[in-house]
Order: sequence, then C-alpha cells, then structure tokens
Amino acid sequence: MSQESFPQTSPGARGLVYREPLIFERSVPGRMGASLPAAGVPEYDPADEIPAELLRGPIEHFPSLSENEVVRHYVRLSQTNHSIDSGFYPLGSCTMKFNPKVNEWAARLPGFANAHPYLPVEQAQGVLELMYRLQRLLSEIGGFAATSLQPAAGAHGEMAGLMMIRAYHLDKEGRPRKKVLIPDSAHGTNPASAALLGYQAVELESNAQGMLEPETVAAAMDEDVAALMVTNPNTLGIFETHIREIAEIVHAKGGLVYGDGANMNAILGVARPGDLGIDVMHYNLHKTFSTPHGGGGPGSGPVSVSAALEPFLPRPVVVKDGDRYLLDFDRPKSIGKLRTFWGNVGMMIRAYTYIRELGAEGLRATAERAVLNAQYLRKLLEEDWHVAYQNPSLHEVVFTDRNLKETGVNTMDVAKSLIDHGFHPPTVYFPLIVPGALMIEPTETESKETLEHFAAAMKAIAEQARKDPEALKQAPQKPVVERLDEARAARKPILRWTPDFEIPLG
Amino acid sequence: MLKAIGVSRIEALFAPIPDVCKLDRPLDVGPALDERSLMDHLEELASRQPKAPPFLGAGAYPHHVPPAVDQLLLRSELYTAYTPYQPEVSQGTLQITFEFQTYVTLLTGLEVANASMYDGATAAAEAALMAVRLSKGQRNKVVLSRALHPEYRDVVRTYLAEGFEVVEVGFGPDGRTEREALRAAVDETTAAVLVGYPNFFGVVEDLSAAAAIAHEKGALLVSCTTESLALGLLQAPGALGADIAVGEMQSFGNGLNFGGPGVGFFATREAHLRQLPGRICGATVDRSGRRGFVLTLSTREQHIRRERATSNICTNHGLNATAATIHLSLLGREGLHALALLNYRRARYARERLAEVGVKPLFTGPVFNEFAVRAPKDAPRRIADAGLVGGLQIDCYYPELDSGLLLCVTELHDKARIDALAKALA
Repeated sequence: MSQESFPQTSPGARGLVYREPLIFERSVPGRMGASLPAAGVPEYDPADEIPAELLRGPIEHFPSLSENEVVRHYVRLSQTNHSIDSGFYPLGSCTMKFNPKVNEWAARLPGFANAHPYLPVEQAQGVLELMYRLQRLLSEIGGFAATSLQPAAGAHGEMAGLMMIRAYHLDKEGRPRKKVLIPDSAHGTNPASAALLGYQAVELESNAQGMLEPETVAAAMDEDVAALMVTNPNTLGIFETHIREIAEIVHAKGGLVYGDGANMNAILGVARPGDLGIDVMHYNLHKTFSTPHGGGGPGSGPVSVSAALEPFLPRPVVVKDGDRYLLDFDRPKSIGKLRTFWGNVGMMIRAYTYIRELGAEGLRATAERAVLNAQYLRKLLEEDWHVAYQNPSLHEVVFTDRNLKETGVNTMDVAKSLIDHGFHPPTVYFPLIVPGALMIEPTETESKETLEHFAAAMKAIAEQARKDPEALKQAPQKPVVERLDEARAARKPILRWTPDFEIPLG
Repeated sequence: MLKAIGVSRIEALFAPIPDVCKLDRPLDVGPALDERSLMDHLEELASRQPKAPPFLGAGAYPHHVPPAVDQLLLRSELYTAYTPYQPEVSQGTLQITFEFQTYVTLLTGLEVANASMYDGATAAAEAALMAVRLSKGQRNKVVLSRALHPEYRDVVRTYLAEGFEVVEVGFGPDGRTEREALRAAVDETTAAVLVGYPNFFGVVEDLSAAAAIAHEKGALLVSCTTESLALGLLQAPGALGADIAVGEMQSFGNGLNFGGPGVGFFATREAHLRQLPGRICGATVDRSGRRGFVLTLSTREQHIRRERATSNICTNHGLNATAATIHLSLLGREGLHALALLNYRRARYARERLAEVGVKPLFTGPVFNEFAVRAPKDAPRRIADAGLVGGLQIDCYYPELDSGLLLCVTELHDKARIDALAKALA
C-alpha cells in the first residue's frame, strides 16, 4: 500500500462548525415557523364542552422561532455529526453500509407515506402486495417457511422469537421451559430479551477459537432449556462451523434454536440459517438491507420461522387470497400483537426496494464484497494490531489494544484518535470476552482506497502511541467538542432544558 | 485485494463455512432491476392507495408535515448516522435528542423523559412493566381501561403474558372509564392503571379522578396518548396526577406510513428515573468545559446490564423523534396551541354537521379531534362513493357498539370536505 496510490481527501480537516445553543435558548417571543390554514369554521370555544381544569393555553417555555431560524438551527446541528454519507463508519456488528437514495425516494411516495393503517384492504392493495412480497423474499433469503414483518427492531424481533418458542413449548408440552442458552460473545439484547420473557439466561463459554463447542452445548442442554440463541457468523465475525451439529443437540432435547440475524450480511446467498437448523431468526432491515440507522432508529426486525413455529407468528400476517392481499387476524395460536398496526412499513419499503435492486446475484455479491473488504482490511492491519482470534473471520474482525500495552494507550484513545483522522471509530469494548476490543466491519460499499486510507490512519496511530502517547490521550481535537465527561453526566443527570440551565456553550 | 489476502478466488473467502452448510443454488428472489424500472414498479404499488386525507385516526393521525421537516430529515448527517455511542462526533443527534426529551417533559408536565420508544403501545407496555419493577415485585396486577386503544391493550397483554394479572374495566355512556368499576378493580396488588388521554373514542378522560383512585391504593397512573396534538390544548397529564405519561408522537412531523414508523414517548417523575427503559441523553461538559451531550445512565441498559436491564430495547425511533422535534420547533409556543385549537374546531364543526343529518355522537363525554358516532351500517361504502376515505367501524373491537363509527378530523379536512362527509352520511 502506498500513500500515493489513492487521492488524499484530507479527512478530519477542520471546517466551519458552529457552536449552536439549544432551540429553547434561541426563542424570541412572537415568532412562528409554521403556516396554519384559517379554520373556515366557527371559532368554537373548547371551554363550552371541556372542563376548565382539563384545558391549557400555550405551553410555557415552548420556543418561538421563524422557519429560517429553525432550519438553520438543525442544519448547524447536523453538521456536527459523522454519518455514513460523509465518511467511513466501520462499526462492527452494525453494518454501516451505504443507504441507496432510491430507498428514500420510494418510502416518500405519497401513496405509501400518506396511507393510513386502517384503510380498508381494498384501498391498500399496493402496500399490502409489497409487504407480502417482502415476507416471501425474507423467507427465501433465510431459508424459512414464513415471516412476520411486525417487530420494530432487532431486539423486538428477539422478543417475538422467544415468545413463539415459549408458546410452542406451552402448546406441545403443556408448560413453557425455563432456560435460554446464550454464548458469551452475544449481543446484550439476547440475555435482556430472554429475561423479559421470564427465562433464566445461561451463559455458554466460547472456545479458544471464539466458537461455540458442541460439547459445551450438550453439557448445558436439558429438558428445561427452551432455546439456544446464536449469532452466525458470531460477533467475532467467525462462522460457527458446528452449527448443524449444535442444532441437532438442541433439537434432540426438544429445544429450539434462535438465530440473531444481525450478521446476515456476511452470508447472503451463500448460506441460509433455516437450512442449518435455525428455527427462528430476526433480520435487522437497518443492517443487512440498507435502511438508514437514523441516529439510533427506526429499525425493523422481521422474524422468519420454520413451519413448526408458523402458527405462533404475531398477528396479523399478510396473506394472498386469489388476486387479493389481506391481513389475516384469524390465527388462534398467535403470540398476539407486539406493537400497533403492522410494523415499520416505511423501513419495509426501503428494504424491499434494496432487495429488488440487487436481485439474487447482487445479494450474493454483497456478501462476497463484505467479506473481501473485511479480509483485506484485516490483512492491512494485522502487521501492527493484535487480532483477538487467529482463525479466519468473515465480514468483520476484532482487534485489540494489546500491542500498545506498554505505551499506556488504550482502545478508547485509539477510537478518539481515529476521529481526528476523519473516521468513525469501530465498535469498542465489545464483544465483552475480548479485552480492549476494536471490532471492525467495513461492509461491501467501501472502496479499496477508503480501506487503505483507514489502515494508514491506524498505522499512524500505532506509531504515535509509541512516540507520543500523551497526544493520543488528548484526542479528539477536531470535532465540535473534545472528550466529554460521561461520569459527570451520570452523577448529576441533566436530562432536559429548564430556564436555569447553566452549562456554558463555550 | 484477493492476492493481498492470499487467495485466488472469492469463493475461497467462504472456506470457514463447511460445504454442507452452503446454498447450492442462486436465491429465488428474481433478477436485479435497474433504477428506473424499479421506480416504475414502486410508483405502481404506491398508486393503489387513495390520495384523499382519511377521516381516520385511531392511533395514527393524518396531519400536514411541513416540507422543512422532511428536508431537514434528509440531511445525510442525521439520517445516515448510527446511535450516538461516540458523542464527540454525534453532537447533532444528541442535542436533538435532548431537545426532544425537553419537549416531552413540557407536553406531559413530568420531569424526565427518554430518547424515544418504538411506538405508543410498546411504551404503554414498558410503563406497566416499570410500575411492577417500582413495586419491587410486590404488585403484579395491571388495570386497563377498556376505552384505551384496543391495540395498546393487546400489546400490554402480549408483553405481560407471563406472571402478571391484567384486568379491564368498562366505560360509561360518556365514553369515559367507569369510575366505580375502576375503584373496584384497583387493589393493593395493583401496580398500574392505564387510561387513554384522550381515549380510543377520542373522549377526554378525567385523569385526576383516575389518579386519585390509583393513588389511594398505592398504584401508579399511566396516561396513554395516541394523539399528541391534543396535549397542545389539554392539560398536561403530569399536572393531573399521572405518574407516567406515554404515547405516540407520530402526529408531529411523521407521515402515516401505513402505521409505522411513528415514535413512542415515555415520561415520568424524577424519582423513577433509574427504572426508565431505553436510552437517555444528558448534558455534560468536555475537557475544556464546553457544553456537550452524551447518552447517560446506561447501566440500566441491555448492553451493560444484559439480563438485568430495565428493558431489552436497543434501537429506538430516533429519526422519528427528530421529525417530531423539528415540527414542534416550527410550531412553537403559539403554533402548537393554534393547531390544536384548529383541530378541535374543525372536528366540532364536523360533529355539528353530522348531528344535523341525524348522525349522532355515540358518547356524551368531551372530545378533541376524534369522535365516535352512531352511523348506518353502509357508512364506509357511502363515504367511499363520495370519493372520501375513512371512518373506522369499531364493532370488531367492541361488539356491543354495533353501529359505532370512529371519525377523525384535522387541519387536512377543510369545510368543504367535512360538508361532503355529512352529505354522504345524510
């Protein structure tokens, strides 16, 4: 790799960034940024009908600003964010891929955006057809019998899946089982979802290769175990090669296997969890299928299931009857409703658009390039950085700060220094089983040049750690704020603006 | 790149996957579509939904979304950012979250709010679970008003399927929760009482009375608001005794999207802060003493606390909360109240016009922009024949309300449209 082989785009150069007060501090009485129609009807007084104690006037402390001022405020705030459209965002397990613009166009079509969820089905055939097709596409991609689009996010999908498993055991054995097995490399939502359902979460240890051993599962498996939750490839980016054998062990004792689909991007068109013994899996449309992360959501977490679990799907499910698409509520064994209406349809439209744009070949190429990029980056970084597990990984790879131990520089310093180089840091200190973890997932949408540029920054940081570790402790210097005092925020929580809000803008 | 990695073919990168695990055929998802063909296909699907604003509310409300909201949402820095785990490069998202939390506290009259929930119904279910946690396991009963949105009740039951007692109390001729029935249902094992504000019928509940009944037995009152615009005209639930206020904020800045994504909100009293579910944004300073914002109190959350977390929620509805925040900022102090008043007046005009043609209200209680009427059975067909959309027949939720039709009127329904509705039902 040579510095000359790609253009220098000067990431992290300091631009014109504004220190922007809170909207409440910009208020000037009397201004308004919205345009309201005249009522066109009599000016009725609500006090005629609604008891006075239930009424209020304009809300004190609500701000007053013109449209221009509001727009400028939020544009300025937006400029202090890093985003996938402005630069590399290699967060492991988050799949920060490019979000194609046609997705946003599609979701905003008035026929979708203005469609009320309680439209009679005759007036909603287009959107129902899209949902029906997406159910089928997701079932095919994962190798399952059926799909519910209802869960709002991955963790909500986990909840749906575990509820179906619970209902399955209740139906089959007359009582739900008690325990859920979860590898120590799992996302925190796995044990939290299990606990929400009243299950005891039992942690399983990964082996020295970062994998789950069939023997470990067999030793923990008994007839009180409802399910094993497994992410494949796991959060280390490592494919669980024993997955079929493990699934057989779980099934032999009457348990089911839950698949956390967070890392589906690695195996699209290459392998299907449903073919590997997984009974139920959630997708993250906001990871694998390119719907935007929105600064924390919305996501969408459809669940796909085997035929044995289909009767328990959340209701309703979109079905096709002749040429008509219907919402089928008549599902007596359903776990019920998980949220209002039918799911995050806006996200479904984007994901459907994405899948149709790629087609079968494009989906497989996604996995290929995601793994190619991750392995290339691994190669570039291996020289300077300690890899947590030596065995091959797929779409992501976990490094650590071990090689910097004698310098006193830790993973947090590396992360903050990357910001000054113009990159979003990788996922840090996760998975929990890797001390000082730096978990990197480049995704398929990054160019070779970007990967090389990132590797050069990592190399520069490793060198600087040896020469001038103190400088890294001062990072970041280029964003709108320096390192923030998170301990103070938790010790003395200030969670809203009030007129006595006194932290100086600085 | 392959050479640098040390393999000759892409396929070799998948060597860690045993052959027996691999798919031996292409996925059956059809060929790739070029962008223009794809757009034609999507336009055709979208064209099959009606254009007219529906006279439908029931948890999802048709409102004008100012172009400024959507154009700001299309700022890549906002919609293509991840959860703000690295606060120094996420100040935009974090400050907007802080503003959202402030708006929620102002609307609800409570002291603390989280960064958002999936929707109003899951927020209601999380509120019930929080009330149980606050009782330290001493109370496991939750009382639901039957006038609370049927889907909210369904979702609470789904979340509380195991180990909880969920009971419902009926409503009276005024469409409000029956006070004496509520008093009879609430006891020392009750953790929470959930009431709609306004409720499913659009009726404004007497929250103070419900609060008094709940508090007498040591239970918490949870107000659930599906139409947040009502809070621009109605007294804040916190001021009427609600201990937790949850609901749906789709009405601010978010389209209908066939029911999702909207955005749930969750507010409570400061004393209950440590039991809040979901993400919370807090103010702090950087090393030079400058103001900044971070996610805080995360020891409640799943990524730290795992199976002992207050909730399993991770991804929330941040961008929808951003849309709500921007819309509320555009409306501001005067605009919010004026828009709420406008909705009330248009809806009242519709009620009067309908009454004139013999379509009478189903309930006597006060309403905001949504109301139930006694309508002929063929009302939906007559409304559709007039080129209008909506009205929700509610007998599928309440078999005893055989001829009940729920209507919603907002700033999108002008006088001419309302007159056309009355004519269609005459």
